[in-house]
Amino acid sequence: MTDTASRELPLQEIDEVIIRFAGDSGDGMQLTGDQFTSISAALGNDLSTLPEFPAEIRAPQGTLAGVSAFQVRISDFDITTPGDAPTVLVAMNPAALKAQLHNLAQGGALILNTDAFNDRNLEKAGYASNPLDDGTLDDYRSYPVPMSQITRDAVAEHGVKPRDAERSKNFFALGLISWMYTRPVEPTLEFINTKFRGREQVINANTAAFKAGYNFGETAEIFEAHYEVKPAPLAPGEYTNVNGNTALAWGCVVAGQLARLPVFLGSYPITPASDILHEMSLKKNFGVRTFQAEDEIAAAASAVGAAFGGALAFTSTSGPGLALKGETLSLAVSLELPMVVLDIQRGGPSTGLPTKPEQADLMMAMYGRHSESPLPVVAPRSPADCFDIAIEASRIALKYRTPVIVLSDGYLANSSEPWLLPDVDELPDIGVEFATEFNGTNEDGDGIFLPYLRDPDTLARPWAIPGTPGLMHRVGGIEKEDGTGNISYEPENHQLMIDLRQAKVDGVDVPDVEVAGDAHADLVILGWGSTWGAIDAAAGRLREDGFEVAHVHLRHLNPLPADLGEVLRRYRAVVCPEMNKGQLCDLVRAKYLIDVEHIGKIDGVPFTTGEVTSAVRKRLEELAGS
Amino acid sequence: MTDTSITPTTQPGDWASDQEVRWCPGCGDYSILTAMRMLMPSLGTEPHNTVFVSGIGCAARFPYYMNSYGVHGIHGRAPAIATGLAMARPDLDVWVIGGDGDMLSIGGNHLIHALRRNVKIKVLLFNNQIYGLTKGQFSPTSEIGKVTKSSPMGSLDAPFNPLAVALGAEASFVARTHDMDRQHMMDTFRRAHEHDGAAFVEVFQNCNVFNDGAFEGITKKQNRDANLIPLAHGEPIRFGADGEFGVIDESGCARVVHTADVSTDELLTHDETKHDPSTAFMLARLARGPFEPTPIGVFRAVRRSEYAMASTRQLAAAQEKQGTADIAQLLRSRGTWYV
Repeated sequence: MTDTASRELPLQEIDEVIIRFAGDSGDGMQLTGDQFTSISAALGNDLSTLPEFPAEIRAPQGTLAGVSAFQVRISDFDITTPGDAPTVLVAMNPAALKAQLHNLAQGGALILNTDAFNDRNLEKAGYASNPLDDGTLDDYRSYPVPMSQITRDAVAEHGVKPRDAERSKNFFALGLISWMYTRPVEPTLEFINTKFRGREQVINANTAAFKAGYNFGETAEIFEAHYEVKPAPLAPGEYTNVNGNTALAWGCVVAGQLARLPVFLGSYPITPASDILHEMSLKKNFGVRTFQAEDEIAAAASAVGAAFGGALAFTSTSGPGLALKGETLSLAVSLELPMVVLDIQRGGPSTGLPTKPEQADLMMAMYGRHSESPLPVVAPRSPADCFDIAIEASRIALKYRTPVIVLSDGYLANSSEPWLLPDVDELPDIGVEFATEFNGTNEDGDGIFLPYLRDPDTLARPWAIPGTPGLMHRVGGIEKEDGTGNISYEPENHQLMIDLRQAKVDGVDVPDVEVAGDAHADLVILGWGSTWGAIDAAAGRLREDGFEVAHVHLRHLNPLPADLGEVLRRYRAVVCPEMNKGQLCDLVRAKYLIDVEHIGKIDGVPFTTGEVTSAVRKRLEELAGS
Repeated sequence: MTDTSITPTTQPGDWASDQEVRWCPGCGDYSILTAMRMLMPSLGTEPHNTVFVSGIGCAARFPYYMNSYGVHGIHGRAPAIATGLAMARPDLDVWVIGGDGDMLSIGGNHLIHALRRNVKIKVLLFNNQIYGLTKGQFSPTSEIGKVTKSSPMGSLDAPFNPLAVALGAEASFVARTHDMDRQHMMDTFRRAHEHDGAAFVEVFQNCNVFNDGAFEGITKKQNRDANLIPLAHGEPIRFGADGEFGVIDESGCARVVHTADVSTDELLTHDETKHDPSTAFMLARLARGPFEPTPIGVFRAVRRSEYAMASTRQLAAAQEKQGTADIAQLLRSRGTWYV
């Protein structure tokens, strides 16, 4: 069966394909998509993935609420997004078809498990008539396949109970798609053996289903061709496939190594951030202590305590949790202790859309604490960038003794891309020194420790940890005297401390703006966070169409790069796509009096390249006409 | 009770910070502070290895007055801050100081979870049955009907019994003392310090401004014999000037009796090491309030796995199994390929 050309079907070379696997949440679609991604990565394709989970764990079987999907785009060229519209949709049941068909590109291919299209399932999905034969699918290329039946037949000889037999049908689908896109079979067979080690019957059943799917493609004579996507010209080196939450977790673990500090994570489970807690909990051999707290507040408070004790402290959460942590973060601002808050933004307000991304916590990160409580804010731009941003956030936190907020989102969290592994020796040293000696004298000339005596360059205060003889001191949320840290209600001192805390954050060393694309264009697209991929791809398309476009993407949101205002003023138009009602627009307008134009979208789905392209094109055409 | 094997390396004065103490004159907090400063030298610890953590309230100013490390945190969160600290630094002596509003109202959640986890922190709850720092509203330990600024017609809230809460939260060490008896405080705090796990101590503390005399009925010298029941491990529970009163277990309820009316065998023998908390719970609920015989001392002291050390053991086990930190290996843990 490794002879993929046995039926002499034409092998067509294509530059990319976007496949969306969709089924019931119990159908194993994420596993199927993951495995297809792994094989394609090993073949050297560039790729990008986007899982889509229902908010309910197991919604009733066969219903729209229970549809789980996984989109993967593979290509022979450099890509930055999982693609706008899938060109292939694998639908395991009517609900999956109904929920996902609108995503499919015109003329796209539909691979359907016809066995699932019975009256009961059709009714559950809300189909009045069977879409397989009522004309609904006329605009697409349909490939009806009785997946359940063939899977049952294939696994029967392995003694699998009929009820369990169908559970292997995702491997049938994977086999079929593997054949269609000429993926090798061995890696998947190995994967099945490893994944289900010790469960012989399951291994045999999944292997049989996978092979049946592969063979079906070859022999069923319903496909007119199969396809090949050649490797992409990626930079040479060693790659792994990583999603944003994993990269962020690894970044936190590695930051501890780079700072030579034990890592502490205080966290309370919340979608879509929980995987960070899970991943870091697996890294105890790195000395990482994870603490599943009783609530979001305790999670943040425990991080403050750990930071006081000398750990590199993190707390991970999403919007509702960041709201609860506000008071504790303002304590951390006042105590001037290093810690990093990982906010994986999701749709809101309130519970909102737990599994869907949004970028609407920016103002909360900036200002969502009582009084003047400034802290640095950074945002990763891609899944792999999450690794670097965790290290950068830790660097800032340690150097300036301040809490730092990282704004990732549900899209980056779960989406994955190939990551060229960094050279470990090239990673930055972010270590800082603890205070060990007196830094002042009292009126009698005796040495004393002044916990709020600042470094003149960074304005950071000394970090003296318990256990250090002689440096006993008390810190608290009450306003304190600069230098001594003693409680002070003096008006001048409060003004001074307010100003110092602000100056410290304003003075964080942030690299200058990098302009991508046509630096001398009339228009610049300003973005932050996860919109990078869509904006980058849109700018590429516009350039292909003859437009000049510049792109500035911010990783540091507080403070902003020092030259940002100057750079943006070079352009006739500044447009800013964000998944919110214009929060970065407002910040930049307020700070620089630059008329940033908002391109908004808050529907729980990341910007597509097409959406950014058409919005920016419209503006470019206006500029050309004016 | 004093451990004579420890040669003090510090004096009580070494534990006093240079900060002026700013509680109201006559506040019970002063005597607790003095007891703590006097106790510290005999514990064999050093100021630099000791941390006092607090939340918000009058009691929460305590850390400023001890010449150790200290964190004056935010309202209610001291047990959570202390948990993070104790996990990150199991080598430290971590004390948590708070009042009844701080620990049982806004911070109730953190208190019960810290106790159930059995993380090595020593929690001293200064119970004065009133909100002091906000100037006199009823607290979660105020009695029903209490007239305060926020309850002009009397509080409708049933109070918490702090010891019952702690026992319900599976606290492995539960004790009670009061601000009128320095030696008893010192003995109780010492026991808390020696306990390998979370220790919870309720300290009856007089707020002479907003709730003066709340505990007078039991802690005033002339009332102590009749109304304080000192618990001693392994001893029958008796009290009164001449031991004329005792406590029996009457179908699962503690009841005060005249010792003359019962045989010595019938008296409850105090066993703080009993794993089943029922007897401790029964004793904790013996008095309905500070106006009738109330047990003080150590109610419960049982051994249970300490949280921070258990966490440390997991780190060691993981290193044993997965090897020590290796960044290059971590980055390759999900499989790689070469281009």
